[in-house]
Amino acid sequence: VITPAGSVKDIQEIVRNAPPGARLLPVAGATKPALSDLGAAGVERIDLSGLSGIVEYDPAELTITALAGTPVSEVQAVLAEHGQYLPCDPPLTDAGATLGGTVATGAAGPSALRYGGVRDFVIGVRFVDGTGRLVAGGGKVVKNAAGFDLPKLLIGSIGRLGVMVSLSFKVFPQPAATTTMEFLTEDLATAVDALIRLRRSPVELDALDITPTGRVLARVGGRAETLDARATRLAGAVGDRTHMRHDGPDERTLWAEASELAWRRDEQAVVRVGLSLAQIPALDQAIHTAAPQATVRYSLGGTAAWIGWPPDAGLDRLDAVLDAERLPGMTLLRGPAHGDQVLLGPHSGGVFATRVKSALDPDGRFLEL
Amino acid sequence: MSVLDRLSELGLGRRLLTEPAQLAAFSSDGLTAFNERPLAVVLADSAEDVAAAVRACYAADVPFVARGSGTSLSGGSVPVAGGVVIALNRMNRVLSIDPDAGIAVVQPGTINLRVSEAAAAHGLQYAPDPSSQSVCSIGGNLAFNSGGAHCLKHGMTSNHVLGMKVVLPDGELVELGADQPNPVGPDWTGLFCGSEGLFGIAVEVTLRLVKIPEAVCTSLAAYPSLAAAGDAVATIVREGLLPVAMEIMDALAMEAAEASVKPGYPECAALLIVEVEGEQDVVDADQVVLDELLAASGATHVRATRDPAERALIWKGRKSAFSAVGWLSPDYIVQDGVVPRTRLGEVLAEIDRMSRETGIRVANVFHAGDGNLHPLILYDGRDAGAAAGAHALAGEILRLCISLGGSITGEHGIGVEKREYLPLMFSEDDLALMHRIRRAIDPKELSNRGKMLEVSE
Repeated sequence: VITPAGSVKDIQEIVRNAPPGARLLPVAGATKPALSDLGAAGVERIDLSGLSGIVEYDPAELTITALAGTPVSEVQAVLAEHGQYLPCDPPLTDAGATLGGTVATGAAGPSALRYGGVRDFVIGVRFVDGTGRLVAGGGKVVKNAAGFDLPKLLIGSIGRLGVMVSLSFKVFPQPAATTTMEFLTEDLATAVDALIRLRRSPVELDALDITPTGRVLARVGGRAETLDARATRLAGAVGDRTHMRHDGPDERTLWAEASELAWRRDEQAVVRVGLSLAQIPALDQAIHTAAPQATVRYSLGGTAAWIGWPPDAGLDRLDAVLDAERLPGMTLLRGPAHGDQVLLGPHSGGVFATRVKSALDPDGRFLEL
Repeated sequence: MSVLDRLSELGLGRRLLTEPAQLAAFSSDGLTAFNERPLAVVLADSAEDVAAAVRACYAADVPFVARGSGTSLSGGSVPVAGGVVIALNRMNRVLSIDPDAGIAVVQPGTINLRVSEAAAAHGLQYAPDPSSQSVCSIGGNLAFNSGGAHCLKHGMTSNHVLGMKVVLPDGELVELGADQPNPVGPDWTGLFCGSEGLFGIAVEVTLRLVKIPEAVCTSLAAYPSLAAAGDAVATIVREGLLPVAMEIMDALAMEAAEASVKPGYPECAALLIVEVEGEQDVVDADQVVLDELLAASGATHVRATRDPAERALIWKGRKSAFSAVGWLSPDYIVQDGVVPRTRLGEVLAEIDRMSRETGIRVANVFHAGDGNLHPLILYDGRDAGAAAGAHALAGEILRLCISLGGSITGEHGIGVEKREYLPLMFSEDDLALMHRIRRAIDPKELSNRGKMLEVSE
């Protein structure tokens, strides 16, 4: 069942009229079908794609407020007219991802390395909780310590804690130009070594990834006249290693491939995993032992892994790998044979999570966490 | 069994304080207007101590307050009468630093500046820098989501806390978050940060470290009015520069700073401090643009420095402003309101008008880059009605911030001081949800009772 909701009142009516245990799920752009198109029985989707539009934007404030169903691309386009951008680089922007979906997923694209991810840029939220009440947290100013930080709570909440109505973000001036250095490596160990050397360099990177084919990509952004010197410093930091520089449309394509998940092979599931640099070798080995056909892109300087899981391997096998490595994962895309497991591996929170969920959704109208 | 009986069974020895003289030191915090005598103080050495003390309080239905250095400016660590203080100062170790991952794991009593000192050998630092950073603790920073002058670029405490182990109000230990900057799943860590101790006590904290910048350049620009300084800030933002800090001080605040730490600021009505940091090439390029902007901004005097000693003195003057006001006035209230950055000029003019109308002196020091004001309202508590007048003015300023679409606190928290103003910012439904979350986690409302939220009937 999909019910469109074009207003706060619509959402409130749907929530209030739903019986306890209703299994409501807010959806909009449907760019991450593993989250929006659950095969599980009895899921009733609330379609928020009609709840769209920018509510407030004053470039001098460096903040923007928009309805939850607003496409990220629309927001980025308006910001770009004023030389600003949303630095958390929401994935699947070209595919039609919305602000609400981005926050509910909590995923950040590769260029979030420079200034931070979704949690570092959401400053306010209005949402309908499990009792049908419209509530607000945070605000429209960039610094705010009043009340509980509800905007942060909804990040990564995958529709289980409330239906977002509108969101306020802090934005930053956009780098005038970018360039990317590509380094060839022999294997994962040499790629990780290059990653460490690049992280240690004084050069502040916009993005730093190891692609599924083992290339290391380091992106810098800023005033065009600074880029040559900085690219040279990056080459020096890595040492004697074959490299090439990418600029212009070719460079943008390289990173669009990452943020649009274009490296995904047909019907692979795509699972985002949070990790730290030191855990990469063990995870990589465990993944390829469990599924030799799997592909992995390490992103955000080695603090995130995007796993492409083969179409014929169940997600339960990846779940077991992540449990063993003690790493949390979230499925964003999947094929027909993967099963509909959204959260994989261990997740923090324990009874704290259970108690917060019970406060926001006392009658269990949204899906269980 | 009484809570004292339960606590004395924990084998704390001399780490359980019950003598009035010992307890007196814990009766107030950085906001001295509020004080209460606790029933007992536990000097915790470990997470186990904290959990045991919390369980004792829970079993006896006695409220407890966690306390680090006691520097809260909102009364956040003021004890509850008849309650227990759990002091975390002894849990002050930096447990580990992973330089490649840029992560530090620390105990909650660790002094803010100590984290940066421990990380410096690896070329790293801890970014949030409250003015009290040489004495305030990470646990308190986390509970109140502290800020600092350099938050303009780096963000608040919650942007730098990746994970933690916490003792919940019933004594249960849980882990929130982990050690990566982008959590997978709901951001429990983000909710816990800034919850003012209402969800329990963090006993181990994983922090994000950032690189010590290769180059830093600090500019001073003197203006004939606060409005002119504010306009310069707006121009810098419009030009797409992203300074790490943009601060303004007015003449009275500078007078206080000169009286104490003598930073040698130029004489003027309003001083703008702008700092850019990063790679050498980037700072060089940004500073060229900034020099041009400041030269054309109507400043009567501009100077820029890269000398570490000179920079340190500039910041010492700025960061000492709160305490230095003590040189000008026996009593003062520090405010922490936030307004949208484009409304700064308007709100400063209005504060000036209120000050002249009431005859109450107000010194202004503020984080201009992010619209966070710190009006210092000066009064002499010995004069009849002076304290009431100052508090009334403080309330008017908070109302003004809210009416302009801002917040009553940017970085000090609600505590006990601003609790009555929270309903001006949030609706009944908003507050009801906050209460529901609080009671779901702490049904007895024991943990830091009476801070941020009113106690239930």
